[in-house]
Parts: sequence; structure tokens; C-alpha cells
Amino acid sequence: MDFRLNEEQQMLQDTVARLVRGEYSFEKRLAFSETDAGFSVDFWKQLSELGLTAVPFPEELGGFDGGGVEVQSVMTELGRGLCLEPYLQSVIFAGGLIGQAGNDSQKETWLGGIASGELQAAVALQEPQSFYNLNDVETRAEKKDGGYLLNGRKAVVIGGHCADVILVSARTSGDTRDASGISLFALKADTAGIERRVYPTIDGSKGCDLTLNNVQVSADALLGDEDDAANASHASHASRVIEYQSGRAIAALCAEAVGVMEVANELTLDYLKQRKQFGVPIGKFQVLQHRMVDMMSELEQARSMATLAASVADEEQSDERRRVLSAAKNVIGRSGQFISEQGIQSHGGIGMTWEYNFAHYAKRLIMINHQLGDDDFHLERYASLLQAG
Amino acid sequence: MNMNYTTEELAFRNEVRAFLDEKLPADIAAKVKGFRHLSKEDHQRWQQILCKQGWYATHWPEAYGGVEWTPVQKHIWDEESCHYGVPRSVPFGVNMVAPVIIKFGNEEQKQTYLPRILSGEDWWCQGYSEPGAGSDLASLKTRAVREGDHYIVNGQKTWTTLGQYANMIFCLVRTNTEVKAQAGISFLLIDMNTPGITVRPIITLDGEHEVNEVFFEDVKVPVENLVGEEDKGWTYAKFLLTYERTGLAGIGLSKAALSHLKQLASRRIKNGRPLIEDTTFSQRIAKVEIDLMAATISNLRIIAAVEGGGMPGAESSMLKVKGTEIRQSINDLARRAIGPYAIPFVEEELSHDYDGEFLSDENAAPLSAQYFNNRKLSIFGGSNEIQKNIVSKMILGL
Repeated sequence: MDFRLNEEQQMLQDTVARLVRGEYSFEKRLAFSETDAGFSVDFWKQLSELGLTAVPFPEELGGFDGGGVEVQSVMTELGRGLCLEPYLQSVIFAGGLIGQAGNDSQKETWLGGIASGELQAAVALQEPQSFYNLNDVETRAEKKDGGYLLNGRKAVVIGGHCADVILVSARTSGDTRDASGISLFALKADTAGIERRVYPTIDGSKGCDLTLNNVQVSADALLGDEDDAANASHASHASRVIEYQSGRAIAALCAEAVGVMEVANELTLDYLKQRKQFGVPIGKFQVLQHRMVDMMSELEQARSMATLAASVADEEQSDERRRVLSAAKNVIGRSGQFISEQGIQSHGGIGMTWEYNFAHYAKRLIMINHQLGDDDFHLERYASLLQAG
Repeated sequence: MNMNYTTEELAFRNEVRAFLDEKLPADIAAKVKGFRHLSKEDHQRWQQILCKQGWYATHWPEAYGGVEWTPVQKHIWDEESCHYGVPRSVPFGVNMVAPVIIKFGNEEQKQTYLPRILSGEDWWCQGYSEPGAGSDLASLKTRAVREGDHYIVNGQKTWTTLGQYANMIFCLVRTNTEVKAQAGISFLLIDMNTPGITVRPIITLDGEHEVNEVFFEDVKVPVENLVGEEDKGWTYAKFLLTYERTGLAGIGLSKAALSHLKQLASRRIKNGRPLIEDTTFSQRIAKVEIDLMAATISNLRIIAAVEGGGMPGAESSMLKVKGTEIRQSINDLARRAIGPYAIPFVEEELSHDYDGEFLSDENAAPLSAQYFNNRKLSIFGGSNEIQKNIVSKMILGL
């Protein structure tokens, strides 16, 4: 048993770490957040020039054929910098969906650009009523004029405001919460009938809600085959692809969270050593020592689960994989909230100020819990898969 | 044992309800209930209405224009006003500096400042915390040196809530460096328009401007602005902190927030059903409601003891800890209730005159910001750690 990264993985992590340290100061991040894109277009370019946007893709796309551990190495470092670039949405999630569901021509159309970073993709699977359940899909796609006509609304599409292509789930059959009958479409962002409501997010990024108003697409926008609710064993069943790829995204998000928690804890520990009250550093007070120890234990629990999640991310789907990923996201949600809240409390008022970076780490940790299912959602999912004793 | 209100208390509650039904402006209540921003004008308009009713200064003797409510009456007012969406009075003038002036100030100070607090002419803020003096307040360094008829004040205060609106600040300043920390502090009233004072905003993590830093550079303060005796300010400060602490439990606010949460959870949908019917979520709500029920009775026990002639002691510190934890839990659940919509920060929906379409729920926009903002509850007014120190020392003798 060996939990160390191999030489290549270590080099990968060091490369990202160096880049983030050099380019992603706290002040710069605030400025990136204010731009129309909501991230640094330059930094994205640097990631792509170093081949980092291609990490999880096969060699013929210029990639490393990287698995969960390689993705973990990248995401943890991006988390440490609170990086705003759409690595999770575009490279991991959208790239994974197209890679698994798309036919050869679709892969050729989209994946090269996504791997090189020239194309940015976003994922629109949630809806206003769906509350983390990605099978809760009301958006409809009807066959029309040899293609499809899409109508509906998609919620909280991070990066959707400036993506070139948006992957949308829509019902071609079945009822609102049926697992079957969901199909996946790749929509060019400028397709007529797509309305965006763009907003900043509370953790410094940008996103949008989409209204699809009679959006007519040709048949080749359908990723893979149309899902038929009557034929649940269909191999390309979109809801299975979505579940599998959101699992990969969960593993990546957990890795990001670990990076965020690492810095949050480092900042808090520094503060406990520096801040003096009653004539001593406040870190001399036992109640704060124990709290800091709890924060560290939470981080270590989270790190263990992120590592476990990375190890199953690219495995074949199974109940065991499902359990591990839900367990990981549940732990990350809880430990993230603990570190966020207790870190603020340990800092006092200063931990709540915009000018001090801790507050931004705290906000990101809470918002990670609102992406891809919160701790409650994954607790329920885990409980539903509980093994007999 | 009788846990019911008396006939007189019930009559008072009806009077309060009738007054709020008739006089509370609907636009102000809507802003409070929707967690939207209140302007300085909103606060002042409501203050005028309260003053006219004679219910603004509930900590003052009638001789100065106050109303002497019993602790139970104050509690009834707290519950009803939170339920109705009454704006919280900005406490620094009416509930903080005024009781100090009434107890320790001279006649001229009472005649000068109290009417101006009632009329709304003065807006007070508090100059206690400093960058190096938070929980350890007695280590404050802002210096006041007597020169003839003036004190010359130099230093810095921080976390000054709504200082951007204030024209007066009450400050703890160091007048004596030769004695132990607590013994060299004085209580000064300072006009914010005096040359040498600079107010700088502190933006909090939710993007709000609520608190400020206040800098003093050779600020000349007339000696008649000293309250009580020089170097006795710590005594007055401690007196004031007991006023601050009662009410920090925020039971009424928690009840209003819980009701708001339940309405929200009835509108939000999970798996095709109202969220409030979801087992996991309804149990989370039930747990915090049960905690609040217990805290409500704890609060009433303290009130009844004070009504019977006791002084609120370290018990109110315990209640501050519990009460703030409960409010923070309710804020946590409200943020959870909107699921992925906790992420967007749609600032325009915070405005009271927003008339566009709401992104998700009409009350969703402030929820994440409010959750983050209310992390302050366990930090201010004496952090919860300091409250626990008080309990362990005063009650447990540890």
C-alpha cells in the first residue's frame, strides 16, 4: 500500500502549484472575478499551453490519459488558489459527457477544442425544481424537422454565460423524474431561442440560468442516441452517463475542496500564532487549540475521502463506486462547513472582511456543498445503497 | 408555577398588536421580512412613529421621555415586533449611550443629548473595539490627553456599526497609562464632525458596508464631553455591556426567521413535493424549532427572575451563546432550502423596489449573504468564547 504520488503525478501537481502561486494572488483573483468572463482568460491559456486542460483526455487529443489521481492533483492546486477557471465544468464534466455519450463525429467536433482549452463547455443539467436530482428533468425535446425542438429552463449553469457549447439534458420521453427518457444535447451557445440570465455567484465566479424557447437543433446535436423510456436497458441511457460523469465531477470537486481547506487551515493557524489578546498569542488558549485540532482532523478526513473518490472516479460503475462518491461528497460538505464556520470564528471579525482572503475561502467551501448535491442529498443516496451487515 | 401571562400582560399584548396593525408602515415591514436594505430614512421614519407613541425609549425613566416597561412587557414587545417585521432600533443611542448618560452623566449632558436621541437629531455609534483590542477590550490604546479645556484624542476604533450615518460617537479612551489597564480608561462623547476624524468603510464577505474603521488624529474634544469621572470609564462600559447582552439572544428574531424558513420550505420543491414534507429537511427544521422552544423558556425564566427583582447575571451569557447558535442554524437551513440557488448572488433582487422576475424564490436572493453575515452573531457583543469564560468564572467558579 502506497499513498504517495508517482513521479509524473508529483510533477503534474508541482507544475500547477507553481503556476497558481505565480499567477493567482488574492488581489489578482478579485480582479479576475470582476471581468465579464469571471475568470482569467490568460491563466486559462497558460493552463492549456502547459497541456493541463488535456490531462484527462486520451493521447490522440494531446492528453495524458489522466485518471482520478491526476485530476485530483490538478484540482487540489486550483482549489488552493481559489481559481475561477472552468476546469471542472468544461474539462472534467462536459469533456467526460461528450467522451462517454458522443459519437465519433461529435467527439471530433468538440473534444479537441475542449482539451486544448480553445473551446469552453458548460453543463446544464439542473432545473429550478430539481434540487440536486439530475433525473428531475422537465425540459422537453420533441422531434421536429429532422431534428429537435427544445423547451424548458436550466438552473445555475456555472460558466454558462461565456461557454461556446452547453450540454443540456432534456426529456425525449418519460415523466419528470423518470431515470429513463432523458437525452443529452450539445447546444452551440449562439443557437436561436437560448436566453440567458447572467449573474455573479457569491463565491466570486459567474453563471446563468437558461431559458430554452423553441430552440431548434439538428439531429447531430443529440449526443449519442435518443433515450427511449420504454427500453431501459439501452446502452447509451443518458441518465447513466450523467450519473457516471457527475461522479467524476464529484471526485474532482472533492479534490478542489481539499485545496481550499488546506489554505483555510493554514491561514487560521497563522492567525492563531500572530494575533495577541490578553498579552499572549490567542493560539495559547486551549479552546482555540482544540478547535484548530478539530479543523485539522476534518481536513484529514476530507483528504482521505477525496483520495478514495479519486481512486474510483474512472472505475466501472457499481454500487460500490456510487457509495464511495456519495460518502466523499457528504464528508466534504460537512468538513467544509465546519472549517468555514470555525475558521471565521477563530479569526473573529477579521475573518468576515472582504479584504482578507480567509473570507473568500470560507465562502467557496460553503458553495461547494451546493454543487453536485449537498451533504443531505448524498447521505440519503448513501443510505439508499446501504449494504446489509 | 404559572407560565401564563397575566390579564394585564395580555391586555398589553393586544395594545401592542393594535398599534402595530395600525401604525407600522407596510413598506418598512416588507423590507424587514424580506431581509432587504433599510435606508437611514426608513429607520428615522419608524423612530418618529415610535416616539409619538412614547414607546421608543424602553430603557429610560419616564422623566426623560422613556417608558418603564416591565421585563415581561419588553419581552412581549420583542416577540410581537419581530413577528410584525418592525425594524430593529439602532441601539447605540437609545439603548446604549443613553442609559450610561442617565446613570453616570451630569444634568447638562442629560438635557443636551437625551432629547436629541428621542428626536432622531443625533445618530450615535460605538467606539469600543480597536484593531488590537477585541475580546481583550481593556487593552485599548486610543489616547486622550488633557490640554486645558480639551482632550486631544489620537487612535483608531474599528467594527463601528453604521458609523457612516452617525454624527456622534461614544468612545472608550485611555486617559492614564500609569495604572493597570482597566483603571486608566475614560468614557468620552465625541462629535463626528470634529476635524481629525476619518471614517473608512469595512466591506464584509457578503459585500455589505455595515461596519467601519474610525481614525482620530489630534481630535479636540471639550472636557464637558467626559461622562462621569476621568479614569472610571471601565465601570460605565461594563454597565453598558450588560444592556447590550440582554437581547443578544434574539429569541424574537429567531422565531420570525423560523416562520420565514417554514414558509420558504413549503414553497420549494424536492422530488416533486414541498421541501417541508421531506423527511431529512423537516427533521432539520424540527430540531432547531425544539432548540428554540427550550431557549424561549430559558429566556422567560431569566425574565421572570428579573421581574421578581433580580439582576440578569451570567445566565444571559449562556442564553447569548444558545440564541446565536439557533439563529445561525436557521440561517443555515434557509440557505440549504434553496439548493443550487444558494450560489447565484442576484444583488438587484435585494433592492426594495425591485420589480423584475425573481430568479428562483422571491426571498432567495439574500439568503446566502445573510447566512455569511450572521456569522457575526457569535463574534460580536462579546464573542461566544468570552461568554463561556464569563459563565465558567461567574457561575461555575472555575
